[in-house]
Amino acid sequence: MPEGTQKVCISFRVNGRDVTCDTWPMARLLDVLREELRLTGTKEGCGEGECGACSVLLDGELVNSCLIPVLQAAGTDITTIEGLASGDQLHAVQEAFLACGGAQCGICTPGMVLAAANLLSRTPNPTEAEIRAGLAGNLCRCTGYMRIFEAVVQACQRTGIRS
Amino acid sequence: MRAYLPAYQMKALPSLSETLEVMAHEPGVWQPFAGGTDLMVLLEAGKLTHKNYLCLWHLPELRNIEETPEYIRLGALTTYSQILRNPTLQRAFPLLCKAASETGGVATQNRGTLGGNIANASPAADSPPALLVYDAEIELISAAGSRQVPYHRFHSGYKQMDLRPEELIRAIRISRKMKHWKQYYRKVGTRKAQAISKVCLACAANVDGGLIRDIRLAVGSVAPTVVRCFQTEDLLRNNRLSPDSIRAARETLAREIAPIDDMRSTARYRLRVAQNLLAEFLGTLHSQ
Repeated sequence: MPEGTQKVCISFRVNGRDVTCDTWPMARLLDVLREELRLTGTKEGCGEGECGACSVLLDGELVNSCLIPVLQAAGTDITTIEGLASGDQLHAVQEAFLACGGAQCGICTPGMVLAAANLLSRTPNPTEAEIRAGLAGNLCRCTGYMRIFEAVVQACQRTGIRS
Repeated sequence: MRAYLPAYQMKALPSLSETLEVMAHEPGVWQPFAGGTDLMVLLEAGKLTHKNYLCLWHLPELRNIEETPEYIRLGALTTYSQILRNPTLQRAFPLLCKAASETGGVATQNRGTLGGNIANASPAADSPPALLVYDAEIELISAAGSRQVPYHRFHSGYKQMDLRPEELIRAIRISRKMKHWKQYYRKVGTRKAQAISKVCLACAANVDGGLIRDIRLAVGSVAPTVVRCFQTEDLLRNNRLSPDSIRAARETLAREIAPIDDMRSTARYRLRVAQNLLAEFLGTLHSQ
C-alpha cells in the first residue's frame, strides 16, 4: 500500500526564472503559481477547464493551469502573463488589446492574451475562422469578442506580418 | 467542496515497465493519470474518489504514432493537437480529426489524450464514434503481457470496460480500409466550441452506383456507452438508397439507441436529431 502522501520538491522554470517549491503532488499548477509564487496575473474562472482564464504556456503549449497537477509541471518551462512582455516593451498582442479596447473587467484578459500570442506564434497570419478557433477555449462575458478579434488582427499588423 | 490535497498521492515512475510492475504488485491501488482534463475537474469539485495515481504523461512509449499500410497505431497519450497536426490522419481519417477539433478548446486539445478519452468512458465523448467507425482495436498492456480488444466490445455498460486493474491502454489501432469511403461526422451541442455533445454521429460508407456495399455507423450521447449501430448497418448494407430504405434505417436506428433526458438534452430531441443526422448522411450518398 502507498505510504502517506508527502509534499514533493518540484522545480520548473517560470518566465525565465528557475523556481523550486515544496507542495502536494496533485496541487493545481494554478494555485502554485498564484499562492506559492505570487504570480497572480493568472486568474481562476471556472476551475474546470471551460473558461481559459487560467491559461498559461507550458513548454510553448497553451494549457489550463487549473487542470495541471503540479507534478506534471516538473522540469517544464512556463510562461505566465507576467512573462510575456520583454521588460518595459509589451508584446504586440498586449499593445493591440490596449489599442482596440480588447479588455473590460480583465478576468479573461491574461488567458486571452496568452491564447492569442500562442495562436500567432503558430499561425502568424490567421484567418478570422482561425482566430475564432484559436480563442474558442477562452470565454469573455464583457466584450462580446469583436474587439478581441480586432486586437488579434491588429497584433498581426503590428508585427508587420499582415498588411 | 475542494479536495483535501494531502489525501492524494501521485507518482511519476521513470519507465513504463516500472509503472506496470507497481500496478501488477498492488492491483487496484494505483490508477493511471494521463492529461488530467477529466480527473482534475473531479478533484477540484471534491468528487475524485480514487486517491493514488501513477502519472503517464512523461512516458514516451505511450506517445508515438506509427503507420503501416493497413492501419495507424496511435499511442494512448496521443493528444487531440497531435491528431490535428498529423498529415496522414488529416488525409485518411477525417472523422477523427473533426472529433479532435471539436473537443474543447486549444488548451484542452493540448492535454486531452485519446487513451484518456477511452478510459474515462463517457458516452458523450467525441472521439469514440469516430474510432468505432474506423474498426479500432485497443491494445492493452500489463506486466504479464499484452492483448487486443476490438473497440466495439471494450465498453460493456456505463463506465464499464474490459480493462483489468493492472492493465493500461497502450495504443489504439485504426483501419485504413475506409480511406476512400464517404465519411461524415457531426456533433450537435449547445455551442460550437467547448460544449459537450447532445448527439454525435459518425459514419462511413462504400457506395457504388447507388448501392451501399459496406457501411459503419456509430452514435454518441444516446446510450450508456457510445453505440456502434450494427443492425442499421446490416439493413443498409447491399441495399439501394430510396425513401423506403432511409425510413427503415431511421426506424432501426431508433431501436438500437436508448437516449435519456438529462441536463444537456431530452430523450425525444436526441432520438429525432440522431435520426435526422443519419438521414442527412444517407442523403449525401445519392450523389456518389
